[in-house]
Amino acid sequence: MNLTLRIWRQKGPEDKGRMVTYQVDDVSPDMSFLEMLDVLNERLILAGEEPVAFDHDCREGICGMCGLMINGDAHGPQRGTTACQLHMRQFSDGETIDIEPWRARAFPVIKDLVVNRNAFDKIIAAGGYITAPTGSAPEAHSTPVAKANADAAFESAACIGCGACVAACPNGSGMLFTAAKVTQLSLLPQGQPERYTRVIGMVDAHDEAGFGGCTNAGECTVVCPKGIPLNTIGRLNRDYLAATAKRGDTPGT
Amino acid sequence: MAVTGLLLVLFLVAHMLGNLKVFTGETSFDHYAHWLRDIGTPLLPHTWYLWIQRTVLTVAVVAHIVAATVLARRARAARPVKYAHRKKVQGSYAARTMRWGGVIILLFVIYHILDLTTGHLNPQGDASNPYGNVVADFAPERWYVTLFYTLAVVTVGFHLRHGAFSAFRSLGQQTPKGERRARTGALVLAVALCAGYLVVPFAVLTGLVS
Amino acid sequence: MDLFIEGDPIADTKAPEGPIETRWDRRRFEAKLVNPANRRKMTVIVVGTGLAGGSAAATLAEQGYQVKSYCYQDSPRRAHSIAAQGGINAAKNYRNDGDSVHRLFYDTVKGGDFRSRESNVHRLAEVSVNIIDQCVAQGVPFAREYGGLLDTRSFGGAQVQRTFYARGQTGQQLLLGAYQALERQIGLGNVEMNARHEMLELIIVDGKARGIVVRDLVTGEITTEMADAVVLASGGYGNVFYLSTNAKGCNVTATWRAHRKGAYFANPCYTQIHPTCIPVSGDHQSKLTLMSESLRNDGRVWVPKAKGDDRAPRDIPEDERDYYLERIYPSFGNLVPRDIASRAAKNVCDEGRGVGPTKLGVYLDFADAINRLGRKAIEAKYGNLFEMYERITGEDPYEVPMRIYPAVHYTMGGLWVDYDLQSTIPGLFVIGEANFSDHGANRLGASALMQGLADGYFVLPSTIANYLASGPFDKVEASHPAVVEARADVEDRIQRLLAVDGDRTVDSFHRELGQIMWEHCGMERSEAGLRKAIDEIRALREQFWQRVRVPGDGEGLNQSLEKAGRVADFFELAELMCIDALHRGESCGGHFRAEHQTPDGEAQRDDEHFAYVAAWEYTGTGEPSVLHKEDLKFEYVHPTQRSYK
Repeated sequence: MNLTLRIWRQKGPEDKGRMVTYQVDDVSPDMSFLEMLDVLNERLILAGEEPVAFDHDCREGICGMCGLMINGDAHGPQRGTTACQLHMRQFSDGETIDIEPWRARAFPVIKDLVVNRNAFDKIIAAGGYITAPTGSAPEAHSTPVAKANADAAFESAACIGCGACVAACPNGSGMLFTAAKVTQLSLLPQGQPERYTRVIGMVDAHDEAGFGGCTNAGECTVVCPKGIPLNTIGRLNRDYLAATAKRGDTPGT
Repeated sequence: MAVTGLLLVLFLVAHMLGNLKVFTGETSFDHYAHWLRDIGTPLLPHTWYLWIQRTVLTVAVVAHIVAATVLARRARAARPVKYAHRKKVQGSYAARTMRWGGVIILLFVIYHILDLTTGHLNPQGDASNPYGNVVADFAPERWYVTLFYTLAVVTVGFHLRHGAFSAFRSLGQQTPKGERRARTGALVLAVALCAGYLVVPFAVLTGLVS
Repeated sequence: MDLFIEGDPIADTKAPEGPIETRWDRRRFEAKLVNPANRRKMTVIVVGTGLAGGSAAATLAEQGYQVKSYCYQDSPRRAHSIAAQGGINAAKNYRNDGDSVHRLFYDTVKGGDFRSRESNVHRLAEVSVNIIDQCVAQGVPFAREYGGLLDTRSFGGAQVQRTFYARGQTGQQLLLGAYQALERQIGLGNVEMNARHEMLELIIVDGKARGIVVRDLVTGEITTEMADAVVLASGGYGNVFYLSTNAKGCNVTATWRAHRKGAYFANPCYTQIHPTCIPVSGDHQSKLTLMSESLRNDGRVWVPKAKGDDRAPRDIPEDERDYYLERIYPSFGNLVPRDIASRAAKNVCDEGRGVGPTKLGVYLDFADAINRLGRKAIEAKYGNLFEMYERITGEDPYEVPMRIYPAVHYTMGGLWVDYDLQSTIPGLFVIGEANFSDHGANRLGASALMQGLADGYFVLPSTIANYLASGPFDKVEASHPAVVEARADVEDRIQRLLAVDGDRTVDSFHRELGQIMWEHCGMERSEAGLRKAIDEIRALREQFWQRVRVPGDGEGLNQSLEKAGRVADFFELAELMCIDALHRGESCGGHFRAEHQTPDGEAQRDDEHFAYVAAWEYTGTGEPSVLHKEDLKFEYVHPTQRSYK
């Protein structure tokens, strides 16, 4: 396969950046998308040019490090698939492919296709946990959890924190990410004591980071490589309403 | 957005039911229109209820617009650099057109008040004879009014299709089953309101009501 | 041999004496403590944020120490522990199937082919039960039964069901639990988190590990970070093979830099090759993807009986197929342990009976299972794995048998540590896959997660106190000669890498190194092959320093420069791995020497000569390393020959 790539090149956070066109020939359909970029980079290095910087690590769809806007689609055209698991057989010979970084104020570009997603860590630090210092845990079987709740909690916990939801959201909102963690923890008995302080802390951190507001457009869940369902946002909203109603009498809020 | 939106939906339902009285004949319809001004009497003086309702609706509309503006501005700020290549929102057409749809609806509402409430833009403009105003408004030779009205009502339908679902979600609808119900409910509501509102001008247009 | 010198044996591992089940308690009681007021005055550096590093940093911060945490990824949540699929072992005996701490201990020592330290493994088994409690309290969504209690499943090398799991994403869920505990401490200001930072050197002052030199991968700035103790939790070195199931960024730099500064490196040749990975599809291949071991419960492994049989798998009649695992190992069949399944696959491919375009693959066929249980049942069990396979290969495993081949997966070797997890450098602690301690020559499935969390949550936080009790140590200024020198070394190395400006990319060297290692130090090793490999590695290393091209400069994000530094260290490690493999004249666990096999081709251990840990001391690049032996004593588990026939 021969492809034309138009890639966002940006030297650093201050640089304005622009789309640059590259030709990549002899691409095997068995290559992954990132391997195709590897091929381009090898060629650029030998030609004395700067290779394209892009984030990636596990290359098996679980670490959440990779994130590319491919032809305007977060993680590319194949649903339920991260960019690293996307293979070139999804494209056709002669195609032009546009590759851009996630675009959001809360995810500033570091270089080329690499963005800073520290805002997600801050949301977790603001309440996305259960306070259980090491050594303080009771026997695991002391609190049974209904299987349905455990399964639903797992479904939300599958989030890999890649940021595709933000990248695709017309509002640049990180609500699906936030809601996934809120949902997981509020479905479990262990998560109840901090249920309402958690949701307020996380939503505040989300807003402070400069993410947009949610309008339930649903784009996030379509592009989510792990299929985090949209109804998690309803769970977050319900907890948030309850929490704000209780704000006065919930210690710590 | 959700609370003000739902208030407005309640009004839309009531307004539509009132409109449908047009099929019960001129006397009945005009009587209904006058009765509106007497709701609450004798506890409330004449037209007071109506003004209370108008105030509440205006506040709701303003609050709805303010909230929408805040969201839109936040959305703009949240993505200072736009994508060079952007796919259409895949969620739904309705979700994608909320903002511009809202603006169109606002413009229509202003026109609609000037037309059928105050009568300024109505060819007849007789406050004592709303039935006649309606018939005059949607007369076949004024087909462009009917067309505009139809477009506006369909826009309202799309707005509601996403808006009603979104409102349920914002108020804490949280299960997958409930989501299916909320989506279906929003669709049924949107279609029913569209049909309810459109049947009047088309009845006039086709001469069913004259 | 001129490749190494034998030095003094290691006399003391600090393991307490007495009955094995009392040793950990005794050690904890005898250890000195640090009072809470003093903890605030002490800083601990933790490098790596995987299961071991993340849990250690969170726990130390909870105890009141000041913690500085470093990871090369953009967030601590991305460490490669996240990719572990299967599960985590614990001796809870919820199944009432005869499990116990002692049985888990026994299985792990045996599974490690009798090359691990009994005291350590027993402690691991004891602590395993606390890990499950801890993780459940954190909200880790383990699989549960309808009654609301935790579900467990069976795993290789054990006859009891002691593996707790969260679908096929157990590592992810456990890591997120530790990550959330860590983020909580970051939010409270007890941990200073430095993501996108890479440790490039260890700083030793007055014989003690007192800090590290790090490079900020975003700005390129090099800084020196001081502390009272340093903990390395930087994972394994499987990427020395270039192609492995490790993440692309996994590297040996942190531990190798420590090794160069005096920490012994133990058993570097013990590598685990996982039998069920998706085969290489071409030269462009950048990493290998694991398919869960659980697939072997229902899939049957086969190759054609005839060499070079190019027919489509479904066209090969039943009597022309060789279900070789079922044929050679009738009692365990397709469920033989990892090392055995891997080697058998290699053997049939070496015979020319491999399948697929590269002929390096065997079939894993679900046709029988689909006929027996129905497609629905198979979908329910393995649906997500089948989808992943189809995404990568473009083939539908419901219709065509999967092709699989072994791939490097885990490294049992690592920095040598004593019972306290302290390396030979005082104040330098090593935890998780980065140390060598608990798995011997072969790790059992679902034990890596157990060890990482045991070290991080429970073992290190207890043992490091004993060291820190003699602190806080004198403050070290950035102007201290040792600090200045370490920093200058790092800067000099970066400049040297940038200055070569040759005609080959870093990846091309890495790929070539990987081929040498896979060929000669992979599933089967021989004296001639290892000697050849050592020569080739040395020659290639020289080429590397003359011909590598690293574009750009040291300022700002430069991913080629990051890779170059890591590959440079892999070259040195690769040589030591081959030397270790060469000196170990026996076959055990993940180390199979062609010269040492039973007449029917099984691994032949030599307990008389090799029942020891090989701990290597660095003496300079190209200089012979010094071998220190730590004799292994087996008081509770009697070494036997493993047999799965």
